[in-house]
Amino acid sequence: MMAKMVSLTIDGKHVEVPEGTLVVNAAKKVGVDIPVFCYHPKMEPVGMCRMCLVEIGRPMIDRATGQPLREEDGSLKIQFGPKLETACTTPVSEGMVVLGATEKAKAGREDNLEFLQTSHPLDCLICDKGGECPLQNLTMGFGPGESRYLYDEKKHLAKHVPLGELIYLDRERCIQCGRCVRFQDLIAADPVIGFSQRGRSLQIVTYSEPGFDSYWSGNTTDICPVGALTTTDFRFRARPWELRAAASICNHCPVGCNLTLNVRREAVSGGKWVVKRVMPRQNEAVNEIWICDKGRLGYHFGRQNAERLKKPLVRKNGELQSATWEEALELVAERFQGVGSGLITLASGRLSNEDLFNLGKLTQSLGGRSLLYTSMAGGDLTTQIGFAPGTNFADMGKESAILVVGSDLEEEAPLWWLRVRQAAKRGATLIVLNARNTKLDRDAHYSLRFPFGMAAAAVLALVNALSPKRPELPESIQELARSNELKGAAKAFAEAKDAVILFGSDGMGLAETQALAQACANLLLTTDHFGRPNNGLLGVWPRANDQGAWELGWQPSMNLPADLAQAQALYIVAADPVSDDPAYLNAFDGQKFVVVQDLYLSQTARLADVVFPAQSWMEREGSYTSGERRVQRYYPALQPIAALPPRVESPGTRRAPLLTGLRAELDGPQADFAIPAYLAEKLGFEGFAHASASLVFARLAAETPSFSGLTYQKLAEVHEQWPIVGRADMYYGGTAYENTQGLGAQLALAQNGASLLSWPQAADFKLPKLGGIAFPITRLYDRGATLMHSQLLHKRIGEPYIVLGEQEANRLKISQGGFVRLTFTESQQSVVVQVKVDKNLPERVVLAPRSFGLPVSGPTPVELKSAG
Amino acid sequence: MSKEKLPYFLLRHREIPDLDNLEVYRRNGGFQAFEKAVTQMEPTAVTEVVKASGLRGRGGAGFPTGLKWSFIDNKNWPHYVVANADESEPGTFKDREIMEGNPYQFLEGVAICAYAVQANAAYIYLRGEFWDLAARLDQHIAALEAAGLLGENLFGTKYSLRIYTHLGAGAYICGEETALLESLEGKLGQPRLRPPFPPSYGLYGKPTIVNNVETLTNVPLIIEKGADWYRSMGTEKSPGVKIFSLSGCINKPGNYELPLGTTFRELIFEHGGGIPQGRNIKAIMAAGASSSLIVADERALDTPMDYESVPSVGAQLGSASVIVIDDSVSIPWLIDKTTHFFRHESCGKCTPCREGTFWMSHLTERIANGRARREDVELLYDVASQIRGKCLCALGEFSIEAVLSGIERFRSDFDVAVGEIQVAAQVEQVPASD
Amino acid sequence: MLAEKYAQEIQTILAKYPPDQRRSAVMPLLYLAQRDKMYVNREDMAEIAEILGITPTEVASIVGFYSLYYEEQKGKYHIQVCTDLPCALRGADRFMQELCARLNIRPGETTADGLITVEPVMCLAACDKAPMFQVQSGAGLSYYENQTVESALALIEQLRLDAARKRGRDSHV
Ligand SMILES: Cc1cc2nc3c(=O)[nH]c(=O)nc-3n(C[C@H](O)[C@H](O)[C@H](O)COP(=O)(O)O)c2cc1C
Ligand code: SF4
Ligand code: FES
Repeated sequence: MMAKMVSLTIDGKHVEVPEGTLVVNAAKKVGVDIPVFCYHPKMEPVGMCRMCLVEIGRPMIDRATGQPLREEDGSLKIQFGPKLETACTTPVSEGMVVLGATEKAKAGREDNLEFLQTSHPLDCLICDKGGECPLQNLTMGFGPGESRYLYDEKKHLAKHVPLGELIYLDRERCIQCGRCVRFQDLIAADPVIGFSQRGRSLQIVTYSEPGFDSYWSGNTTDICPVGALTTTDFRFRARPWELRAAASICNHCPVGCNLTLNVRREAVSGGKWVVKRVMPRQNEAVNEIWICDKGRLGYHFGRQNAERLKKPLVRKNGELQSATWEEALELVAERFQGVGSGLITLASGRLSNEDLFNLGKLTQSLGGRSLLYTSMAGGDLTTQIGFAPGTNFADMGKESAILVVGSDLEEEAPLWWLRVRQAAKRGATLIVLNARNTKLDRDAHYSLRFPFGMAAAAVLALVNALSPKRPELPESIQELARSNELKGAAKAFAEAKDAVILFGSDGMGLAETQALAQACANLLLTTDHFGRPNNGLLGVWPRANDQGAWELGWQPSMNLPADLAQAQALYIVAADPVSDDPAYLNAFDGQKFVVVQDLYLSQTARLADVVFPAQSWMEREGSYTSGERRVQRYYPALQPIAALPPRVESPGTRRAPLLTGLRAELDGPQADFAIPAYLAEKLGFEGFAHASASLVFARLAAETPSFSGLTYQKLAEVHEQWPIVGRADMYYGGTAYENTQGLGAQLALAQNGASLLSWPQAADFKLPKLGGIAFPITRLYDRGATLMHSQLLHKRIGEPYIVLGEQEANRLKISQGGFVRLTFTESQQSVVVQVKVDKNLPERVVLAPRSFGLPVSGPTPVELKSAG
Repeated sequence: MSKEKLPYFLLRHREIPDLDNLEVYRRNGGFQAFEKAVTQMEPTAVTEVVKASGLRGRGGAGFPTGLKWSFIDNKNWPHYVVANADESEPGTFKDREIMEGNPYQFLEGVAICAYAVQANAAYIYLRGEFWDLAARLDQHIAALEAAGLLGENLFGTKYSLRIYTHLGAGAYICGEETALLESLEGKLGQPRLRPPFPPSYGLYGKPTIVNNVETLTNVPLIIEKGADWYRSMGTEKSPGVKIFSLSGCINKPGNYELPLGTTFRELIFEHGGGIPQGRNIKAIMAAGASSSLIVADERALDTPMDYESVPSVGAQLGSASVIVIDDSVSIPWLIDKTTHFFRHESCGKCTPCREGTFWMSHLTERIANGRARREDVELLYDVASQIRGKCLCALGEFSIEAVLSGIERFRSDFDVAVGEIQVAAQVEQVPASD
Repeated sequence: MLAEKYAQEIQTILAKYPPDQRRSAVMPLLYLAQRDKMYVNREDMAEIAEILGITPTEVASIVGFYSLYYEEQKGKYHIQVCTDLPCALRGADRFMQELCARLNIRPGETTADGLITVEPVMCLAACDKAPMFQVQSGAGLSYYENQTVESALALIEQLRLDAARKRGRDSHV
């Protein structure tokens, strides 16, 4: 339904905008700047700062006839109110006349700015916001030029107040606009900062434990219109005007938030480019203007530090020793030759599309198997009935239903949590179907619990409630299946015009997620919610480019330890199975030839015969495919560690003397897509590109149907987005970056995939009478090798722990913070870990965060004993 | 000149002993109006009577009460009634006397209002300092419930009503109705953006009528005796009686219940017994600290105290808290008191009020303490003018009234204060403390 | 723990508000928390937050905004003298200063025995009966009107005696 249009004039310009538009936004659309502080285009107006005051006139209406009165010349008779009005809170109305540049309006702004300056310190010269500060800009643009407040009467307040370890507050600089408090309350749903006191003493406080306890805290530093809030990471580290901006994509989760990496050259780093901070880059179809703190603060692993691998390593006399690329590549090519099906290439969704393409192609050329290293399956289905092009959470509202199943969404993919929540606020029916409570429940219309281990069955119960083709339901799900809540949810889902499902891996391993995906696919097929915009299946994958991997044909093994054990040669890229589960150690028996390609000398790399040093994502180009099937480019922000990027002298010629000519330059880390291409060269395979990511992408697009038609140019296209942010008027949206380097493009769906699948295996699952079952869960702040490079987050990440229900804890006589000995029934290995208590968990359930060193990749029998 | 003394309608406890006893109140006709409304009148008919009476809000703004009730949004339920018993305007102490002395008439007014807008729950928001009073109101409410005058199925009808007290905790801004609602919701007492107004978006986002204690206390008698009776008192645009809280430099401070339209002269000199120690009256503040300063000349003294006449002497009637200022008082000292009050009570939400009251109080402090120069007075005037018309709620606008009118109308006091006219200090004036 | 100590009171308070609007109870619960010690500590705030399903920060905001809640321990009794304009016109400032002088403190300070804090406050709606003050203690607030320094000192003496008697009683158990 099209909104009714309203026409008005703003500073003489004619504007036509939808009914309900605020004057301040209507002005922005025609390029008239009405200054704001408290208003933020992503939040409801509050009209507190009074900066946006303008004169507003409205047509006079004849009371008797209801007709507008006219001047003698026939124009409408306009009446102006006695007071200035706030443009940020006033919706447009027909015939309105807005004057923002009159003496009265200008005086209003000057007055307000003078008021703000009476208590704002004059420390722009040392302020982190200096150079991109809305208050500074607006004072220069609209200020009175002189302050009559006596400088030595200024109030002095604390300037270095830590709101926890991540964010600092400068109390003097705060102008009480409330943006941060409202963001945390309304958008992040974590009201852990607030105002205390009142009047001129009004100040931001936090009483959470730890301070400012929210995954979203960094965003407040972007929208703060002064330098009052800063991240510890950036504070005093650089000045905005020294920084260059490189467009990038976050590689921590499948959302694919658009980032800007701010870099500068530093003497301490030998004159090299160094990343100083990570900022959100606007993409209204992906992350809008937000990013989570993991994306903002978790980039340190990609920087160039002493622990990074700089040269290839080759095992000689039992020891890994530095080698030349030529030597390492030669050795690997020789050993791979003829291995055929004995070769397994194991790679993770941390890699770019280009990397996975070349790796897959090399493996295929050698006759080996490519395996995706992941804890979650179902991508074969998302490639077929995943999000169709044109799907955007921002467009979901009253006519949509969103089912989130088996996912702790804020932990697994924070931005999706945020966007799903916003959609629910706009009226989308949100159904949360989980084994346990999560933060998303607060916004759910239907919040349904299934017994642990019964995710797929729970979805089948929804199908069962709708479909004449009734799948059999196991016993443990019957109670839920019979509930009116479930029936209501099923009906709402089926009847919604558009519907999407997000499925995750909370408490599940590969087999369970495969079954869940299949059940979800069936629900979408049964209700005809696929194949068009705002419909389809979304996998909440563990890695940034898992979707890309699935699109390129990568699949996980359902029994990886056994497969690895049987292989003759392993090529492991961007994966560290040995750290994740010591059981994989068995695969490294010394007989087989193991190649590892990584940034760091991981536990797995230590066991390798050859180690290839890879470039981090900030040192190179590439593209990721987000869970929403959006392919997005990232650009190099730094020079690679050692040398120039490789150049090819005569591409395409067989066994070109690529390495001989370049040996001197080519001794540092290489892009993950280049290394397999070099190997291919050595092995004499054709059709590999390695000179640049764009060349690889061109081949990828030519050979992969769903990517067909995509080019790097196309991915770099932009169009104007609303709200307008990051230009000279950064007071409007904050300091988030405007997107000038590409909004990406959504993949087409694989055709003809869509017919009802067989019902998945959803056998009954019962919790044991003795002992317990450990279920893997995902924490945003994990203990993976990647994130641990961000020292600042260590306190938030914490030590390894498990979560028990209150009853279970009582039974074991353990309280929050106590220790427990956890023995894995099968292997009889045991560990002592700390316990957190969640009162809502049932007995016999143990939640084990992934990557915290516990070998729990799916439901795993355990025994528990108090360990004091 | 004095007219015949009317009987008390609001401060009836002054004539009827033990009126705070339910038995006594009922013996004097209490709760018959409520019973009549619930059993014999349509809710809208109740509103119509109140509308016809011309009763205007006694909380300060003088908004027609019946009209407000008729704005209640009947598409959104449930409805609430909130009695504003925050009484924090300096110089105002009438609601407290009503609630202490004649509590049942007030509670009956709340009940009738609730019936008129079909609310089943009403809250009385009392300033936190009315702690003991709230405890007594709780007892009165319990007595009403015991007597079947509050609770389920009242008088055998389907209508039910509960009344609850709620204590604030020391914040003048919570008298502003939207800040009050925020506070009642358990949030900071900061005003909301308006529109929407409470009758469409009030407590918990539901349609709500907020009325002052005195306003509501008028209602039982209006229902009992009719709109015409009410209109027989006061003036055409300001019908009825009003309680004037009289304080300051006056012989007999206290509450005076008089018809609207009574002159300042009658209140101050007849009822209030004039100025102590034979001093001269210098200025009048008609609406507590939020008032502009009226120059107390003959014309002003003969001005009727009603909503339409007071503006003719450059002021507002407001809550009719009349503070009398005699010629021993220095106006710079006085505005230093008022700006300190507003600086202390500014909620901090909007810039002009938060920063402006802070700045003004810096200046008034210097001026009052004799440390200022003429430029400071000019600047003070500018700063006050700069606040005008820009604030989110009326508190900020109130804060400048005494300052601007003080400088405009009592300029010579400021000349003295900045040392441009030498006059021996007239009274001992202790600096303001906040 | 408030929940144990005041179980009944908490139920009564919560019953005043719609079940989905528990947050409204934050102010009465804070008075409850203040009853024993005349200030609210972090544990109390966390517990109130828990009861109401809001964050401790939201509770702390309320404590900070309203002037009758205290985050730090001062005197057991707060003598709050209205020195606002109408009372000041009747000598309230002088009254407070003399009272403070007699107690050997400055306005805002607490007596050496930790019992009495004297504070100037804004209008208390008793302008016709100045000088006046209210006494705030954990148990609530009461008005004392038409006061003289002598009558105030007599009251303070009484408060001291009560406190001593209470201490004596407590030390016997
Ligand atoms: C700063 C400020 C303080 C106020 N304080 C009070 C008050 O203490 N008591 C009151 O009844 N109204 C007060 N009001 C007026 C209320 O906002 C509101 O108009 C009134 O409660 C409506 O009731 P009425 O129509 O019966 O007057 C105040 C208004 C402002 C702007
Ligand atoms: S005028 Fe502004 S700061 Fe002042 S009380 Fe009203 S909203 Fe708060
Ligand atoms: S009041 Fe409009 S931007 Fe703050």
